[in-house]
Amino acid sequence: MSQFPDPAAADQVQIMHKKSVLELRNVDIFYGDNRAVKDVSFNIRRNRITAIIGPSGCGKSTLLRSLNRMNDFVEGARVEGELIFANENLYGKDVDPVSVRRRIGMVFQKPNPFPKSIYNNIAWGPLINGYNDSTDELVERSLKRAALWEEVKDRLHDSALNLSGGQQQRLCIARALAMEPEVLLMDEPCSALDPISTAHIEDLMFELKEKYTIVIVTHNMQQAARISDYTAFMEMGDLIEFNVTKRIFTRPAVKRTEEYVTGRFG
Amino acid sequence: MSFSSEQESIYLARRHRKAKLFALFCAAITWSGVLLLGILLYQVSIDGFRWLDWQFIDSFPSRFPERAGIKSALVGTVWLICLVALISIPVGVSTALYLEEFAGKGRLAKIIEVNIANLAGVPSIVYGILGLAIFVRYLSLERSLISGALTMSLLILPVIIIASREAIKTVPQSIRYAAYSLGATKWQTTWAHVLPASFPGIMTGVILALSRAIGETAPLIMIGALTFVAFLPEGPMDSFTALPIQIYNWVSRPQEEFHELAAAGIIILLAVLLIMNATAIFIRNKTERRLK
Repeated sequence: MSQFPDPAAADQVQIMHKKSVLELRNVDIFYGDNRAVKDVSFNIRRNRITAIIGPSGCGKSTLLRSLNRMNDFVEGARVEGELIFANENLYGKDVDPVSVRRRIGMVFQKPNPFPKSIYNNIAWGPLINGYNDSTDELVERSLKRAALWEEVKDRLHDSALNLSGGQQQRLCIARALAMEPEVLLMDEPCSALDPISTAHIEDLMFELKEKYTIVIVTHNMQQAARISDYTAFMEMGDLIEFNVTKRIFTRPAVKRTEEYVTGRFG
Repeated sequence: MSFSSEQESIYLARRHRKAKLFALFCAAITWSGVLLLGILLYQVSIDGFRWLDWQFIDSFPSRFPERAGIKSALVGTVWLICLVALISIPVGVSTALYLEEFAGKGRLAKIIEVNIANLAGVPSIVYGILGLAIFVRYLSLERSLISGALTMSLLILPVIIIASREAIKTVPQSIRYAAYSLGATKWQTTWAHVLPASFPGIMTGVILALSRAIGETAPLIMIGALTFVAFLPEGPMDSFTALPIQIYNWVSRPQEEFHELAAAGIIILLAVLLIMNATAIFIRNKTERRLK
């Protein structure tokens, strides 16, 4: 450790060496000619919550969507660099984006349940992917994991659209969990919810990290500080700083980070 | 107590008056349409009602008005509409799905889009000529139900495609993303979510299009549907007649009785239209409720 007199730098190295699920290496993301994410490298650790924060338009959602190839649906989007997942580049030539999304799930900013029953919302994903065990059990397990079971167990065949916003978002989490993903991506999952629903979801994330790896994009710095283990701070497409969350919020290495987390801009 | 100065009040009153005037104008336009339809129905009923009985529905055409009926035309129309629905719905909806979900936004898609929009405005007689050349002559389908159904399908396909595309466009992108994020392929997403969610809208377009097909006369005359049929078609290859043709035939005869028979035929045609639309709307509402 002697070669790293700066404790922040020492942390940085430790992070790089610990077991990671996803490794971002020099990732660039373009929309046409516009370079939205610039040369970003960091590792996402297993069974930890990694938060990506930064002002609007900094490229954090773009970066998140590139992790399960949802950017493929944006016209003109292009990813360069390497995203290593299970020893493979997610953007390699032989990689089928459909199989990537089976293993890396996503929860969106606005709850987007299918206009179908609660039951079918959850069972559909596994069914189309060849699941042939009892879906009853799967639905119950997924809803329990998303802390929604008690509220909906008597009306599983009601439309999901009758649920409240917070319930819908937990249903979306349950739906993603039913696929048994290795990584769960969350794109500002609480921004459309009231504080009580938000607290519900944050509690839930704590429990989920026992089993899953979570990457969350959030506008809310208190939320990042409360729930995440690691935080990446981005600005204008650059990764300004990546470190353990406590350090980002107490002793950031970069001045810009400090200004942002203390609310002096953004 | 007033929030505004006198000057403002006058100005505001004028704006309110304008709004009220416009609402009145729109209401008048709407009601004049309804009134016109009412007059038409009244006129037709006066002429036709006394001929409407079971004998009229259950008899073949005849040169004696007392014995003439609409059986073959009614059965022909039902056959025709069923065949048209069978042909045009799958083709039209598939085309719409392809254009919206799969074709991308290239120049070719643009060209197809413009062409379909133009086709919707082509006069029906032109489709009749096309049907005569291709189905009746070239494919030797003769003056059969299937020739008529294919021609009618061509005629209403643009309408079905355009309406279906609009319906598909209203399905929120977030639903598609949700499906993709669960590892669904494009086809699975389309089949399980996009199509069911746009179903009510597609149904509306289909109802409108089929209603138009029921009333069309020109293309059927062009491809040579018969005007005097004393038998019932038993399969798609049989020759046939249809309600509008029978009505047209009766109207063009000199005797007053036949004009009244035509009016009775119109009542039957309207009834068929009403039953069909009601059924379709019923199905649509049922599926819509299931979605919400």
